[in-house]
Amino acid sequence: MSDSPASRAAAATPPSVARKIRGLSDRAIAWIFVAPTIFLLLAINIFPLIWTINLSFTNFKANSPNREVVNVGFRNYQRILTDSDIWLNMQATAHFLFWTIFFQVIIGFTLAYLINKKFKGNDLWTTIIVLPMMLSPAVVGNFWKFLYQPQIGLFNYIIAFFTGKDPSSFEMLGSVSLAPWSIVIVDTWMWTPFVMLICLAGLRSIPDYIYEAAEVDRASKLRQFFTITIPMVLPFLMLAVLFRGIENFKMFDLVVQLTGGGPGSTTELTSINLKREAFEKWRTGYASAYAIILFVTVFGLASIYVKALNKVKER
Amino acid sequence: MKTIKLASVSALSIAAASVAGSAQADDLTLCWAAWDPANALVELSKEFESQSGHNMSFEFIPWPNFADRMLNELNSGGKLCDLLIGDSQWIGGGAENGHYVKLNDFFDAEGIAMSDFADATVYAYSTWPKGTPNYYALPAMGDANGWFYRKDWFGRDDIKAAFKAETGRDLAEPKSQKELLEIAQFFQEREIDGKTVYGASIFTERGSEGITMGVTSALYPWGFKYENTPGSYDMDGAVNSPEAVEALEFYKEFYETATPPGYTNSYMGESLDAFKSGQVAMAMNWFAFFPGLYADPATGGDKIDFFVNPPQNQAGSTLGGQGISVVAYSEKQDAALEYIKWFAQPEVQAKWWSLGGYSAHNSVLNDPGFVDSAPFAGDFLEAMGSVQDFWQEPAYAELLLAMQKRLHDYVVADQGTAQEALDKLVEDWTEVFEDEGKL
Repeated sequence: MSDSPASRAAAATPPSVARKIRGLSDRAIAWIFVAPTIFLLLAINIFPLIWTINLSFTNFKANSPNREVVNVGFRNYQRILTDSDIWLNMQATAHFLFWTIFFQVIIGFTLAYLINKKFKGNDLWTTIIVLPMMLSPAVVGNFWKFLYQPQIGLFNYIIAFFTGKDPSSFEMLGSVSLAPWSIVIVDTWMWTPFVMLICLAGLRSIPDYIYEAAEVDRASKLRQFFTITIPMVLPFLMLAVLFRGIENFKMFDLVVQLTGGGPGSTTELTSINLKREAFEKWRTGYASAYAIILFVTVFGLASIYVKALNKVKER
Repeated sequence: MKTIKLASVSALSIAAASVAGSAQADDLTLCWAAWDPANALVELSKEFESQSGHNMSFEFIPWPNFADRMLNELNSGGKLCDLLIGDSQWIGGGAENGHYVKLNDFFDAEGIAMSDFADATVYAYSTWPKGTPNYYALPAMGDANGWFYRKDWFGRDDIKAAFKAETGRDLAEPKSQKELLEIAQFFQEREIDGKTVYGASIFTERGSEGITMGVTSALYPWGFKYENTPGSYDMDGAVNSPEAVEALEFYKEFYETATPPGYTNSYMGESLDAFKSGQVAMAMNWFAFFPGLYADPATGGDKIDFFVNPPQNQAGSTLGGQGISVVAYSEKQDAALEYIKWFAQPEVQAKWWSLGGYSAHNSVLNDPGFVDSAPFAGDFLEAMGSVQDFWQEPAYAELLLAMQKRLHDYVVADQGTAQEALDKLVEDWTEVFEDEGKL
């Protein structure tokens, strides 16, 4: 008798259980193993989704249990889609999403490219660069709040040093024109290392012989970069964009710590607005419709993006 | 056999004693905001523990999360709190949604008379519907938004002379909102002892209730009304009246010309910090903080003085403060009611005031020595005579967040005009009341 794990498991199975299992088909056994996962998926994901869709057509308020729940049809959806304030929140989210991803990809890829070169202290620099993403967003938010403080903040003093301006003459978090950029800067500072790590994995996955072959063919470094490095790292880069896009679409903690959505509603991203509707105003039906609209948007965009990603991988 | 009998009797005695003990002594949890008066209440409650045998635990939540945390607790039927000192605006929701125990029968049975408490506090903290004799809380902590200033700076000859030269009048506690702004503007970016100081710190916070509490401190003295006719929800022409527009424009001017840079999202904590760090000449904040400010070794004592929110067209202060309620989901309601009975006693209320809590009991407030008992006591009495509160409707959170948005958009983000901000606020509030079926 062999001493494989399977035979050990078979030997350890009580005879009564073994008899029962022997009577089951492979398909039935597979279902037994998969059933708990399917049950959890239904209970935790599918059921709440269906329930949320159901609530989105009502005027339900979770803080008013005695109130009559009325079916309002598509009224919640209509209100949301015609509310100019919500479109401003969408614009703020789009601005945040686009610029954070833009800067993180550019800086992250550049850092990865540099770190990929072999030099002394390479590991130390990698560790230092990835430190920000290991911090809690709440800590980062508070920390940058102090840096942006007009009277004592280091950030303002650095800008003042280079521009000759009075440090307290501009407010990164309090100015309508600067606040959207202040949150972009912090998110870029925190999450560029993540993009860098993914790009680094991509760069290290390129076999050396491809570059050696290119050298033999007398391809210039620039040509090697555009015809070997970029195409081979692109799927990794696109994956990083997908992750950061999904994460930043639901960005909440960092921005709440920094600006609370202000000044006014300048940095009130959709997730902050949704939280206010759902858990501060307790407009549960309305917030459910809002959540469904956001879900469909993210799901739709992500699906298109994943298809594009697969095409790039196939090339 | 004798030994068995003895052991049985001993076991029974111990069991009986423990059962009796558990029937008598409960572990009560009181929930409130984390601030100076809460510490005073812990001290005060020791007396209740020794008298009743109950153990008191406390759950104090920082102000920015207080409403969120506690309203979630109530809405989910949570049993964390047996007693809750909830904000005045929660009374409507607390009563209509069945979160608070109605106290009328208990008050009648125990001889607790609401006439023993200041009328304004009973109206604001205890009754729902407003002004009716349906009580859901006992006034626990009277409070209003007031002001404090650097008395030592106001008393300096060089500063007094400069102020006189600039404005033509003597530097003293302001008698109107416009005087208040004039003084704040005078101090703005002034050099005092080699340091640049600023006029005043005011409330501009966006997330919870800050800017609304600040702006209403200007709106009420200008004669702001929520409705044209009380109880009608008819707001157009009242909320966006010319007086309200003028008051809002005033607050924006105050924010832009007389506050320190960077105070774009400031509330209680930031106001205290600005004052204690010597950045500002004046600051607005709740009376609840005044005992702590007066006791502060750096900026308290003879360096500080207090004044009531100045009038303009009329006297008016923003109401703070809370009532104490028994949570309907508590399994220890009898013990919780015992606490309220104990707390309502005049001698306990007197001790409450002496420890730093603001009693609303007439025996304390009408005491001849009350006005002189603290440098802010007289101002507190004056403020409580002209307080006005925000909506206390069950939908107060929706009403508050709408106001927070409109005010912050206008005052801090400089978007639109005061008239537009208030017109939009009327639209928002109308939508809320329509959803509530009240319009």
